[in-house]
Amino acid sequence: MRRAVIIFTAVLGFLFTSLGFGATSALAEGEALQGTLINAGQPVAGVVIKVSDEGGTSAGEAKSGADGKWAVPLKAAGTYKVDLDTATLPQGVVVTTGRSSLTLTVFEGAARNVLFPLGASATSGPGAPAPEDDGNSSLARVLDLAYTGIHFGLIIALAALGLSLIFGTMGLTNFAHGELITFGAVICLLFNVSWGMPLEIAAIVAVVLGGVFGYFQDRFFWGWLRNRRTGLIGMMIISIGLALILRYIYLWVFGGTTQQYAQYVAQPGIEIGPISVAPKNLIMDGIAIVVLIGVSLALVMTRLGKATRAVSTNPALAAASGISVDSIIRLVWAIGGALAALSGVMLGVFQGVNYQMGFQILLLVFAAVTLGGLGTAFGALLGSLVVGLATQLSTLWIPTELKNVGALVVLIVIILVRPQGILGRRERIG
Amino acid sequence: MSWDIIIGVSLESLINATMIAYALAAIGLNVHFGYTGLLNFGQSAFLGIAAYGLAMTVATFGLPFWIGIGVGLLGAVILALLLGIPTLRLRADYLAIVTIAAAEIVRLLFRSVSLSKWTGGSDGLQAFSDGFYSMNPYSGAVEIGTLISFDARELWIMTVGWVLVAISLVFVFLAMRSPWGRVIKAIREDEDAVRSLGKNVVSYKMQSLILGGVLGSLGGYVIALRNAAVQPDTYGTEFTFYMYTIVILGGAARVFGPVIGSMIFWFLLTFINAVLPEAIDAGYIPTWFMDKTDAGAFGYICVGLGLILLLIFRPQGIFGDKKEVMLDGR
Amino acid sequence: MAADTNVPPGVLKAREALKDVPHEPGAKKKDPILVADKVVRRFGGLTAVQVDHIEIQRGAITALIGPNGAGKTTFFNLLTGFDKPNEGNWTFNGSPLGGVAPHQVARKGMVRTFQLTKALSRLSVIDNMRLGATGQKGESFWRGLVPALWQGQEKEITERADELLVRFKLDAKREDFAGSLSGGQRKLLEMARALMVQPDMVMLDEPMAGVNPALTQSLLGHVKSLREDGMTVLFVEHDMDMVRDISDWVIVMGQGQVIAEGTPDTVMADPRVIDAYLGAHHDGTAHDSAEVAAEVAAEAEGGKSDE
Repeated sequence: MRRAVIIFTAVLGFLFTSLGFGATSALAEGEALQGTLINAGQPVAGVVIKVSDEGGTSAGEAKSGADGKWAVPLKAAGTYKVDLDTATLPQGVVVTTGRSSLTLTVFEGAARNVLFPLGASATSGPGAPAPEDDGNSSLARVLDLAYTGIHFGLIIALAALGLSLIFGTMGLTNFAHGELITFGAVICLLFNVSWGMPLEIAAIVAVVLGGVFGYFQDRFFWGWLRNRRTGLIGMMIISIGLALILRYIYLWVFGGTTQQYAQYVAQPGIEIGPISVAPKNLIMDGIAIVVLIGVSLALVMTRLGKATRAVSTNPALAAASGISVDSIIRLVWAIGGALAALSGVMLGVFQGVNYQMGFQILLLVFAAVTLGGLGTAFGALLGSLVVGLATQLSTLWIPTELKNVGALVVLIVIILVRPQGILGRRERIG
Repeated sequence: MSWDIIIGVSLESLINATMIAYALAAIGLNVHFGYTGLLNFGQSAFLGIAAYGLAMTVATFGLPFWIGIGVGLLGAVILALLLGIPTLRLRADYLAIVTIAAAEIVRLLFRSVSLSKWTGGSDGLQAFSDGFYSMNPYSGAVEIGTLISFDARELWIMTVGWVLVAISLVFVFLAMRSPWGRVIKAIREDEDAVRSLGKNVVSYKMQSLILGGVLGSLGGYVIALRNAAVQPDTYGTEFTFYMYTIVILGGAARVFGPVIGSMIFWFLLTFINAVLPEAIDAGYIPTWFMDKTDAGAFGYICVGLGLILLLIFRPQGIFGDKKEVMLDGR
Repeated sequence: MAADTNVPPGVLKAREALKDVPHEPGAKKKDPILVADKVVRRFGGLTAVQVDHIEIQRGAITALIGPNGAGKTTFFNLLTGFDKPNEGNWTFNGSPLGGVAPHQVARKGMVRTFQLTKALSRLSVIDNMRLGATGQKGESFWRGLVPALWQGQEKEITERADELLVRFKLDAKREDFAGSLSGGQRKLLEMARALMVQPDMVMLDEPMAGVNPALTQSLLGHVKSLREDGMTVLFVEHDMDMVRDISDWVIVMGQGQVIAEGTPDTVMADPRVIDAYLGAHHDGTAHDSAEVAAEVAAEAEGGKSDE
């Protein structure tokens, strides 16, 4: 075990610390003012925000990134004045409340979110009609959201498939699965940005290392716990602890900012019918679909896949029939880690890389797995698409900021109506 | 390194309002998880509902303080019913997923712009605690020795907080040694067996969910009044995870467990957070390895590591009886 | 058998009641405590239970036997409310029990035990026993907070529990955690705990499974004594010697249906029963193995939730 810890630490240490990530880390703990600028669902970049303290002295300045996010770290708690430089807003966009200057109190140790609601200005002329006014653009909006929903759903599906397989074979509700997703995104960023590798290659490296990470996690940690006969509830809470550790290691070595890959950040879209889609998204969709179908078919067709399903159904019986349950579970962890890493890379392209990204999406992944029926592979795929579409399409009726609420409500409703999930079967009692 | 400050703040955290708030939240969670075996991952929502119930009643609608307290408690009971009625009949892990989802929904609603007219959005609400502090009998700061000092506000909230802790502990103690508590503990061991003996398991689980939620909501008041502000992100999922750490640290299903757990948790976390920046300043820790902004992250890593080590090597908690835990395989 | 001079009165009563009952599936009994009609339970495409009519004689020990996958445990779950049938209804002591929740079934006087014993591990043996008593005042939350309101009743319950513990030879283990008992002792505890409910009918799901031979005789004795106390017993068992030894009547299930009924001797000579146990050559094997698989899965499921 000690050797495992040393290797694990050494690998992590090699991967992160030697590359000077620490130097780029921004304030994540401690006081800060931060926010995200969004106009009509799209991030707004390049907007300057100035912060000054009560005495009028400047306390910092920030420019919103490609994801619309900005943050100004502060030295101490107190009252600050936040000014949005309206001159740096894109043409035709204004702060809808008309208040581009806010005075706010920042509490000790708290990063305070500042909201500047943006929208089209009323004076921007007939060229920018409200979307609801026009039947055509309304349809385009629905299609656009539907496409984004499917795209997002596929990203979730990659992670959900692994989570579902792990749940199926060892019964663990793995709260640290989100950190496997972040792992993929962070590794890819490391190779892509810090080492200047092309994103495609960096992504492959990240997926391979994600699989290795999953494999070693089970080889040296979960497998060891299984041998110690740690209970499932105990393991679930242990996974929460592991998630905390990994998440804050990411923060430590990588910093609290959201970063972008070196390529494919802002790719112009191509027109497909009424909607505009960036080619990178189509390619990623293609990869995701091929991988998902490939893994699902492998579960049905190959010997190894059949053994995996046997372990899911009844580990004791599988062991008695000569299947090595431990090595199957290890394989599942490797596959799950690789899938989660791929999901993380794609999520990173979609919304930037952040130490919390996996944690933030984890609940939606859980929702997807539960919707489809815990432990069923095809169910996880279907559930993911439902969650992806629900989050995006719900913005037709509810504010974008509440889109996750929509998906979670769908989750709760489905648990009430069909607790076994869409594809799951009722279980026998007694 | 200024050891007197480091030791001073660490000692303060053994009895201060933050520790009390977490202890109350954990006392409630202990009823759910420790005694009944309910996997409630949404305890933070109970605190949030209570805190916002108070803050909105007073700050948004201008009603008196005590009505705010009543609204908060009512909110916690309604949340328990909403969570419990659909899920308590289902498998244990469904309760976990539904509660964690519900807690997230509650947090997102609190911080949503559309409701900010009432909730203050991501800024939260202030100006609701005057009614509470106007009752403050203390006028000056109190110093214990040279290391520890509390101002009048903190003293008042601490006094009220410790009274609430004492009342909660008496409640839990009496409830758990009664036949009611016997049914509750039996449900943790095996629901079907309890059903086969003629007990209405769903009803008991619901009562437990309400009791633990209401006890936890007291912690919500303490946090809100201590900060004189409510902010949505205080009541995130990680909050619930810390409560689990505290319950397990002190020993699940032990009356004093949550209080002792919260004391240890906050003492260690405060100590780490106080000592690391000082050590970095003093050059004991090289800055290439860790700078001052990383110190906070290190505290959380320690929490996670502590949780894992506890569950692996001392699942019964610091003071628990190992034999008792090893009896079943969970 | 008639040569027995000191046959206990309960046995004689049961024999008398079952004397003229025809040996055929769904036979009418003189004084049935439980009557079930057209109970069907399907799992997907598999019909696990399909019982047209069944009656259980009051005051007798009835055995429910059948090969693996015959649907015995599922039928038990249905009767006690732990599972819901697709169709069917049944009455207990004349009152309908279809759709009644398990805890209400128990309160009406029908108490069951489980194939995999459910001792409440981290409760003491005496607390396990006390839990069984019904109508406890202290089991309501607010009254529970005031010991004066329930301590009197608690004392009575404890006395009754202690008597049962002595009878089941568990009194030495009174203060131990139930989880520290051996498998056989757990079976004894579960049976004793069920008696705390003061039931009219006890349903035992494989009471002898996993019990070491030294304890078997004492368990058998306890089951027999239930009959002498006027209780009705229905039990599932695989051990044919035990079935022959203690049961007054035997009901045989095969592939979800009742295929034979009668006294132990006649049933065990019945070719249909032998057929059912030795593999139904007339019915193809695919169907059989599917049922066995379902049963194995169900048992594994039970095993999982027991952990």
